[in-house]
Amino acid sequence: MQDENWPLWEVFIRSKAGLAHRHAGSIHAADAQMAIDHARDVYTRRSEGVSIWVVRSADLVASDPADSEAFFEPAADKIYRHPTFYEIPDGVENL
Amino acid sequence: MDRDGAPTPDQALLGTVLRLGDNALILGQRLAEAMTHGPELEEELANANFALDYVGQARMFYAYAAELEGGGRDEDYYAFRRDGHEFRNLLLVEQPNGHFGDLTARQFLFEQFYLLQLEALARCADERLAAIAARAEKEIRYHLRHASQWVVRLGDGTEESHRRMQASLDDLWRFTGEPFAADDVDAAFAAHFGGPDLPALREPWRERVAAVLAEATLTMPADEWMDGGGRQGRHSEHLGYLLAEMQFLQRAYLDARW
Amino acid sequence: MYTQGLDQKAGKGEAQAAESAERLAAFQARVDAEEKIEPKDWMPEAYRRTLVRQISQHAHSEIIGMQPEGNWLTRAPSLKRKAILIAKVQDEAGHGHYLYSAAETLGTSREEMVDDLLTGKAKYSSIFNYPTLSWADIGAIGWLVDGAAIMNQVPLCRCSYGPYARAMVRICKEESFHQRQGFDIMLSLARGTPEQKAMAQDALDRWWWPSLMMFGPSDKDSKHSAQSMAWKIKRFSNDELRQKFVDVTVPQAEFLGLRVPDDDLEYDAASGHYRYGEIDWEEFIQVLKGNGPCNRQRLETRNRAHAEGAWVREAARAYATKQRGRRAA
Repeated sequence: MQDENWPLWEVFIRSKAGLAHRHAGSIHAADAQMAIDHARDVYTRRSEGVSIWVVRSADLVASDPADSEAFFEPAADKIYRHPTFYEIPDGVENL
Repeated sequence: MDRDGAPTPDQALLGTVLRLGDNALILGQRLAEAMTHGPELEEELANANFALDYVGQARMFYAYAAELEGGGRDEDYYAFRRDGHEFRNLLLVEQPNGHFGDLTARQFLFEQFYLLQLEALARCADERLAAIAARAEKEIRYHLRHASQWVVRLGDGTEESHRRMQASLDDLWRFTGEPFAADDVDAAFAAHFGGPDLPALREPWRERVAAVLAEATLTMPADEWMDGGGRQGRHSEHLGYLLAEMQFLQRAYLDARW
Repeated sequence: MYTQGLDQKAGKGEAQAAESAERLAAFQARVDAEEKIEPKDWMPEAYRRTLVRQISQHAHSEIIGMQPEGNWLTRAPSLKRKAILIAKVQDEAGHGHYLYSAAETLGTSREEMVDDLLTGKAKYSSIFNYPTLSWADIGAIGWLVDGAAIMNQVPLCRCSYGPYARAMVRICKEESFHQRQGFDIMLSLARGTPEQKAMAQDALDRWWWPSLMMFGPSDKDSKHSAQSMAWKIKRFSNDELRQKFVDVTVPQAEFLGLRVPDDDLEYDAASGHYRYGEIDWEEFIQVLKGNGPCNRQRLETRNRAHAEGAWVREAARAYATKQRGRRAA
């Protein structure tokens, strides 16, 4: 049998209750249990986490950078979606 | 000693704490020795975590022993200034690392016992020891999960890994009687502090081991001759070399501080 | 530095011809604007290759670097020192891991990179081909080798390639204790018995020059720096970093009461820098070529561990395959 790498997994860690899981990096593991263990041993050596997600990198679907203009630029000129777009007259509070 | 020769409560407590410290130190030393030789990078990190946990536990047990004994001893005294016959660890933990299957089998068999022991110690009447045990218990629960998974992967992996894992278990099985063979220190500790009834832990140990071995498609070895003596200071030849290496600097430079 | 072989080995302007001037200019503009380049973004092939080589060399250095220090794990003279050293050697495995992960985002598998290390095709920092002969060497490595590494790594946190920069941020954060623990060991020895102090001096004598060599060839012989600078992979030249290292380290040696083994070393008040003697580049070249005291041993050890782990890795794969089959059934 060829000595190929164990599959690659992406690791997401919640650093403390109340925060979202955040991408921490990747690890190699043969199975899901091992992936969780490895994520724990590689990425939480200094109490960086309270919860771990792992997902096989092959199962992750990403947007294509070639599409990024079509995807993300149209949002850039819709400045009226941000509260700072609106001028508030002096004297109006709690808005 | 009491008049009838049984250990006093103080002796039983100190003896128990030192045995725990010795198990943790010797196993920590073995795991440190395995570093840089792991089968894969991620396992290298896991193994180092285990080594760190054990060295950390040894320090807690020894620091407590030093307090119990008084007389200016410290954690390093117990690790570096005692000879083999003064060490009271189980024979199982001093066995050489061998290959990854041997190391895994040793960790698995010991930690199945150690977890039961810690669970019981966490409820004992000595508050300080109970607190250390409660902390160590959390660490060992994770170690055991890791070791058990590897027993299953190797047992139910390839033909070669199955054969190696079975051989490792068969080879180490003779050391699995000693943890449950209580002596007068254990009896006194159980009587005075509500410590674990070691012989009674054997059945739950067997059940837990059997469950993992079944999943791993491995055969539970038969109980034949069981080795012992480590807890009374009679060790295998391996311990002397381990200590010679570990204690070298402290022995060579007697008046030095590091 | 950890990637010192790179300066000499990288090719000259290859592969760029096939890439349109327009794309290259757009890429350079992004780099100039301090934008981060991410894995799936377009990048020149030479940029990709340079990064793979540099990051994997850096990763290999972390992995091989575990050995000289690992050599003293079983002999650390106190339980505290043992715990610290275990944690430090473990961090090195972790840092090698982060770096391989960063390089993998460029499309090269860890397996390929590790193969290049095992066959001797890839380089790693020559410093790790020197032996650790006494406990003081563990102090000297932390103080000098990690100190030199930090000089190089801090600017890499701003490297143009996002995954590499992020790995370096994490590594720098974790490494901050490494140099201190090394200095702490040296301090205990320097303030200890005469034998301990002699041990510390001997370690400094042996590790000083190899530490200076870690920064790689002198700028006049380092051909590839300009391109790496333009791509913002590298921010300071080898000689700049080396000078900075000497300037901060010499006063620390004085504090320890140890003598830096360089008769030409002197403080130049006008420039505010220490002038140091000529580095023995022949030694540097020989160690890079594989003739250092421990080159063979380091690679043999790595090869043995890898070979001995093969059946374990295979078993885990076989088990995972069986499990998937069972779940599907």
